[in-house]
Amino acid sequence: MSAHGETVGRPSSARRAKDLAFRLALLGCLAVAIGLLGILLVDAVLDGAGALDWDFINSFTSITADKAGIQAALWGTIWLMGVCALFIIPVGVATAIYLEEYADETRWWNRVIELNIQNLAAVPSIVYGILGLAFLVRGPLNLGQVVLAGGLTLGLLVLPMVIIAGREALRAVPSSIREGSMALGATQWQTIWRQVLPAAVPGIATGVILALSRAIGETAPLIVIGAATVIFANPTGLGSDFTAMPIQIFDWISRASNDINDYRPLAAAGILVLILLLLAMNGVAIWLRNRYEQKW
Amino acid sequence: MEAAATTIRLQGRRRHGELAVRLLLGLAALVSLLTTVGIVYALLEETVVFFGEVGAHDYLFGTKWTPLFEPASFGVLPLVAGTLATSAIAMLVAVPLGLGAAIYLSEYARPRVRKTVKPILELLAGIPTIVFGYFALTFFTPEILRAFFNLDVGIFNALAAGIIIGFLTIPIVASISEDAMRSVPQSLREGAFGLGASKLQVTMRVVFPAALSGIVASVVLAMSRAVGETMVVVIAGGLQPQWGADVGKSMETLTAFIASTAKGDVPTGSIEYKTLFAVGTTLFVITFVLNMFSIRFVRKYRQVYE
Amino acid sequence: MVIGQPAAKSADERTRARPEPICHLEGVSVSYGDKAAVRGVSFDIARNEITALIGPSGCGKSTLIRCLNRMNDLIPSARVEGSVLYHGQDLYGSEVDAVEVRKRIGMVFQKPNPFPKSIYDNVAFGPRVLGMKGDMDEVVERALQRAAVWDETKDRLKANAFGMSGGQQQRLCIARALAVEPDVILMDEPCSALDPISTGKIEDLMLELRKEYSIVIVTHNMQQAARVSDRTAFFTVDPEDRVGRLVEYDDTETVFTNPGDARTEAYVTGKVG
Repeated sequence: MSAHGETVGRPSSARRAKDLAFRLALLGCLAVAIGLLGILLVDAVLDGAGALDWDFINSFTSITADKAGIQAALWGTIWLMGVCALFIIPVGVATAIYLEEYADETRWWNRVIELNIQNLAAVPSIVYGILGLAFLVRGPLNLGQVVLAGGLTLGLLVLPMVIIAGREALRAVPSSIREGSMALGATQWQTIWRQVLPAAVPGIATGVILALSRAIGETAPLIVIGAATVIFANPTGLGSDFTAMPIQIFDWISRASNDINDYRPLAAAGILVLILLLLAMNGVAIWLRNRYEQKW
Repeated sequence: MEAAATTIRLQGRRRHGELAVRLLLGLAALVSLLTTVGIVYALLEETVVFFGEVGAHDYLFGTKWTPLFEPASFGVLPLVAGTLATSAIAMLVAVPLGLGAAIYLSEYARPRVRKTVKPILELLAGIPTIVFGYFALTFFTPEILRAFFNLDVGIFNALAAGIIIGFLTIPIVASISEDAMRSVPQSLREGAFGLGASKLQVTMRVVFPAALSGIVASVVLAMSRAVGETMVVVIAGGLQPQWGADVGKSMETLTAFIASTAKGDVPTGSIEYKTLFAVGTTLFVITFVLNMFSIRFVRKYRQVYE
Repeated sequence: MVIGQPAAKSADERTRARPEPICHLEGVSVSYGDKAAVRGVSFDIARNEITALIGPSGCGKSTLIRCLNRMNDLIPSARVEGSVLYHGQDLYGSEVDAVEVRKRIGMVFQKPNPFPKSIYDNVAFGPRVLGMKGDMDEVVERALQRAAVWDETKDRLKANAFGMSGGQQQRLCIARALAVEPDVILMDEPCSALDPISTGKIEDLMLELRKEYSIVIVTHNMQQAARVSDRTAFFTVDPEDRVGRLVEYDDTETVFTNPGDARTEAYVTGKVG
């Protein structure tokens, strides 16, 4: 006979209460997190929806709050994202290909490269600003506080994300495809260029878009390299001075504390534009993933 | 159809194209290495000069940080205190909420709930920190801390900054911990259930300990993230350093100092310029140690089950 | 009974003229790192014949067949010793380019592995990367015809290969290999992932292909070996050192009805798996 007696009863009410309380507590954690997110979004919409109109998008910033708009910042962001993408796509994909397809994992230097990328992914973004300031804006390259420097700084910041996503996309391609190709007499590069890489493109594209959506919201590195906060023109080239959306929002927030009724709605409106951009980018990434993901 | 016997040439030409490609790709991989080298070099170069002018001892152990006033004092401890205070508060928020969410998603939630909630957490993770800074300053401090909880806090205070940072690092704790818990094999749970354990017991006594290294990794990574966070503290945490523990008042952090100083035009070679790098080095060292720790823990938990 | 040597021939002289060997292996040993997989293998592949490699799992048949087209190169820890002569040239000679080898010695794998492209592009891939001249449409049609899959594909050449059934995919892979115009076709358990009807079609195909190509097939299905092959090589794992060795190599008929080695007999009569 079992040590617990013959009768199998229902769980005791004490135990049931404990289980329920635990479950509710866990759910509560989730609810608080999501709830706070909801409050944040509602607050931003309430503050900023009023100021969000086409005038806002088409005007430049101004000393009078009613006339201020986000045009320079929006175009600055677009230019920065362009430079960033042109940097991270070739360098990130090439690095991912090297690490996944060519590098011998037993060699110590390849392990160092891998470890280094993992570390870089977690370095605070403001440190990348310092790097940009020391090497790109001033220092050896001495580019000045221009679009090229800003785009490259952001590119260096999100490069690890592209490399990591690229490696995963390459790894997902089964080795049977590589074997089949090599057995026909293709060289390693022919195999990669014509079979492996094309199959990995959806995953890589998703990774690039997610990296850009990280870069688009970064403020701290741009502050350190010296993005302008008051600028009345869109960038015209890689050597132009620039501002960016997060910088403009930051400037307006700083003024908001002194002049709370004037610039606060603008900051909120800028935030809404930024969030909408992000939602659009993430939407594209999700669509890409669902539409083109290869089921092996 | 191949020609017969001896006229077959198997000798190929040296594939120069292949070698060139391999070289180019290796050079690309070098960029990531050079980034770290660049960071370390940039930081150290100016920091060494800085220590030449301001003693390392005064910097590391001084408790007064007034680099831009007369007389200037370069003790970094107040900034470290600010960073520590906001990060500690952040962890007090992120760890329970993040773990709670993770445990729920991993062990209790139905697949449909998971499918809806995970994108929401990803959304939380994707919102730029400047938005959180705005929220902290314009809503959280005035409406929640002061109005709702009736706390006597300054408009810029470390408490609000810390809580909001905690909130934005919840996804880090939640997603990595959830990942770690889901990797625990079902057979372990079944074994415990088979012995008559309740769900609570199985979750906390079997799954949680089994996933511990992954969970610790997530917490350390979240800590590193909190330490490196800039915009929330710049906007809402205050730009007055404080050598104390009054989180209701302004406590400037390492990151806030760098951002606010760099905002103005800082001439190369000036003492302000050098302080940027010295403080940057301090920040980098702290996060580097935390990151290395976390990476090792992630390796550990991945090894066990994969 | 001596390990590693082909069985002694029966006393009757063979009256059928032996075709010349197209490949000759001498003392081939393969190890992965410091673990030896197969040792001291010596035998011939005859022209326009089907040679079957049979034996229990783990005896090194797949490892060995991959020596013939230098696919073991893809595994960093693999080391090959001995000589593999193809028309008298050592495939592992220092000057030899693996790509040139694979142009002439093609391979079909156990699990069909079509590329995620159209049927046309699958077959055209080999000729394109090798820079072969000629009308690609003709090349593709010819290859698909030779692989007995033209009728099923001629109306949907642009369709994705993944939409085909398993047996069709495998015949597509054969067509893909044929498009490169090899000399020898290696098949590593080509039917083990297929249903019996597809298997039958591929076995018929092999017998057709034998007229123009030399085929080496690894199979764990003894009946298949008995049905299609002209010569059979039986491998086994040496119980002492766990290394694969060639036990007996002879005409298929001999191996199955009158094997010289007791181990061969035990295997082909099903006493041992």
